[in-house]
Amino acid sequence: MKLRRDVFQALADPTRRAILLMVATQSMTAGAIAQGFDAARPTISKHLSILTECALVVSHKDGREIYYDVNAAKMKEVDDFLTPFRKMWEARFDKLEAVMKNYTAQQDQDKGGKS
Amino acid sequence: MELKTKIKAEPGEQQLLITRNFDLPVALLFKAFDSAELLGNWMGTQVTILENKPLGKYHFETKDPSGNVVFEASGTIHSIEQDKLIVRTFEMANAPFGAQLEFLNFKALGDSDNQSVLEMQVIYRSKEIRDQMLKLPFASGISKAHDRLEALMREGA
Repeated sequence: MKLRRDVFQALADPTRRAILLMVATQSMTAGAIAQGFDAARPTISKHLSILTECALVVSHKDGREIYYDVNAAKMKEVDDFLTPFRKMWEARFDKLEAVMKNYTAQQDQDKGGKS
Repeated sequence: MELKTKIKAEPGEQQLLITRNFDLPVALLFKAFDSAELLGNWMGTQVTILENKPLGKYHFETKDPSGNVVFEASGTIHSIEQDKLIVRTFEMANAPFGAQLEFLNFKALGDSDNQSVLEMQVIYRSKEIRDQMLKLPFASGISKAHDRLEALMREGA
């Protein structure tokens, strides 16, 4: 449970979401990522360490450089965040189905009453 | 538990696809969006205006038992095709998200007379706004409004 909340907090930040989008397409070094932002390099490093801590990104060393990649498995888990939204629509649509079935039954009854 | 509602939200996109199959003839599914009373009934809100015609408009309003408005939304109907399509905008009042564009596709499912599918394509102004909308059920302030809404819906059930 704790892990999941960390992921959510990590994702709540727009800079971190932007970083995730950048590394989603290709491996990048912290320096290359920082170039895409106005923020200072240490700020980007802090964001990267938060993303790494909650496993949204993984890093690998290539020579002297550290490259960052999105962790696809973890991102899939992020899909879980859709759950409350989905449940909201599910409840709404269940209600729609119930309302319309009830409506049909009512219509049939009215017809029955008239004939 | 398998939910019947599928939501597709690709990272980096500013849209959502919401798909749901219904045990209803497509005409009845469409009617659920085409009658103010029925729409309000399942949406759990008061539909104060529903002009389902090209360049029409609609307005939703939900009040708590003391009469305070807890939810308000409105939009325009861009185009409408009976049992097939509704293109409309949607905007929540007093929320920072702006308008969204919605394409609602209604289809019969296979050859069945009793099964239909609704596909909603919802386009937000930016991907950031889409992501915020997805998290809406989490946001504490608004989630209270949702709890209220849900309670109201249950009362109405």
